[in-house]
Parts: sequence; C-alpha cells; structure tokens
Amino acid sequence: MGQVNAQMETIPAPQNEDTFLKGVKDCIPTLLGYLSIGFAAGVVEKTAGLSIMEVVLISLILYAGSAQFIAAGMIAVNSSATAIIITVFFVNLRHILLSAALSPYFRHLSPLKNMLLGSLLTDETFGVAINKAAEKKAISERWMHGLNLTAWLNWAVANMAGAYFGNWISNPEKYGLDFALPAMFIGLLVLSMISRKKIVLDIIVAVFAIMIAVGVSMIFSSSLGVILAAVIASTLGMVIEKWK
Amino acid sequence: MEVSWGILLIILGTALVTFLPRVIPLMVLSRFELPEWAARWLSFVPTSVMAALVGQEIFMNDGEWLLSFRNLDFIAAIPTFFIALKTRSLLATVLSGIITMMLLRVFF
Repeated sequence: MGQVNAQMETIPAPQNEDTFLKGVKDCIPTLLGYLSIGFAAGVVEKTAGLSIMEVVLISLILYAGSAQFIAAGMIAVNSSATAIIITVFFVNLRHILLSAALSPYFRHLSPLKNMLLGSLLTDETFGVAINKAAEKKAISERWMHGLNLTAWLNWAVANMAGAYFGNWISNPEKYGLDFALPAMFIGLLVLSMISRKKIVLDIIVAVFAIMIAVGVSMIFSSSLGVILAAVIASTLGMVIEKWK
Repeated sequence: MEVSWGILLIILGTALVTFLPRVIPLMVLSRFELPEWAARWLSFVPTSVMAALVGQEIFMNDGEWLLSFRNLDFIAAIPTFFIALKTRSLLATVLSGIITMMLLRVFF
C-alpha cells in the first residue's frame, strides 16, 4: 500500500490543473444573480444621468456593484468627486480581506500575475474561489482568469442592458428599482454577519454604525457619516473583541 | 457616445481606490503577514459600512430622520431582511426587495 501511495504521489498531475474553461463553467451559478443586480445598476445609473457609454465604462473599469449604485446615487444629487471617491474607498475596503484571504493560494505566482488576478476580484468570484480552495491546496491561474473574465463580461452586459432599458422607463421608482440598492446592502449585511459567527459582537458594531451614520448625516453629510461609522464602529469591534 | 470629463474623473478615481485594496494584499502578502490588530479591524469593516449604508437608506429621507409608516423604505426593509436571513441569497433578497417596494407603491 505504502508503495502504491508513494508511486501515486510522484506522478506529475497536470490533469488536476483546472482549465480556463472550467473556471468559466464554475462561474455560471453566480451569473443569474449578478445579471439581475447589474441590470438594476444599469437602470439606476442611466436614470442618475449617465450616458450608455459612461455606464459601460463604469461597469468595466470600476466593476463593483455596491460602489456603482452609490456613485450613481451621489452623482444624481451632484456630490463632489472627492466625496464620491472617499465613500467608494471605504465601501470597497473590504476587498483587502478577500484579497488577503486568497493570497496563500497564489504564492506560486509573480506579483504582476497576482495583480492581474486581483484586479477583477469581487464578493462573488471570491466566494467561488475560496470554495475551490477548500477542495485543493492551490488555485490554478487559468481557472481564476476564466472565472474572473466570465463574471466581468456578464456584469458589463447586464449594466448595458439595464442602461438601454432605463431609456424606456422614466421613473424606476414605480417598479421598485430604487430599492435594489438598499435591498443589496441588507443582503450583504445579513450574509456577512451569518458567515462570521460572531453575531452578538457584529450586532453591537452594526447598531453603533447605524447610529453614527444617521447622526453624522443629519448634522454634516451622508458620506462623512459612512466614513466615521466605518472607522469608529470597526475600532469599537476590534477593541471589544481584544478585551474579552 | 458622450463621456463627460467630470464623470470620467469619478470613474477613474473610484476605480483606483477600488483597485488598490483588491491587488495589494495578493501582491505583498506572499512576503508579509498582516498584523493581527489590522486583520481584526478590517474584519469589522464590511459589517459597519453595510450597516451604515442600510441605516441611511431606511431611517432617513432627504437628510431627515424619518421613522414612520409613511417611510416605505423602512417598511420594505423588514420583509427584505427576513428573506435575506431565510434564503441567504443575494439574488432572492434583491428581487424580493424590489417586488415588495413595487407592491407598496401600488397601494400607498
């Protein structure tokens, strides 16, 4: 038996290396979800005053669901570019965690190749990739590119379709489309809290964040509210967790 | 195919501040470990940012505190929240939120 095992281990296993096409296939279960959110994002961006070309650019270059909704909402009320960029920075800071969590599986690649893989990282592709990592010790670069590019193109197509559709509906509110953004935030909040299994601490942090965000928004601005809530409530969570 | 400079600036700026946290950990963490307090602090950022955004969306209207049955966002948030808990699916949550809001607007 030992001999057989030893022999099996020495056999090079290129067939275990997942292909680009396998990455495309593994992306498929997430496509419908992002198609609908991307569609809603496209409608909201269009009705916020963006042209179809601008919708295509924002979905390809920024490529981040919640950030695009927020940018659209802030553009619609004429927020400054600085306020929009700072708010998006905080909203997307969570990618540090996703990127850090994936880093052990791509240690065999150069920094430049890691940069290419990371540039298209999203919550959904991270979810698929980290499940793949649970099965295998390393993630294939080609597989990750297949996953990333499929999700990216799907997102751009969905945004574009939403933007075209946005031409025909003058008030997205009638169809409840303006609630796509709060609903997505509620979904992301609930999902991130369920997955962490630190419910009590997370609820404390969330309640504090809401109070700070609402309080600061009433006195100053809503983007400052998000920034202060993120910094203060996260620090509070860190301190309480350390204290226990 | 009109693209205004102001919008392009916003797209490039937001893309840059999104790109950096996406790629820097992958590029450098093969060499360094994140300090423990930093990892701990970052682990609370998604919850606090999302809670702050939800709070502003559902408890406020035009910069004013609004907690009443005339606040449709707040009412629609309740079933949406339970559907998120029950289904654990972003798609189901977003779709049910949109449909709830559409129905509320029909009746109110």
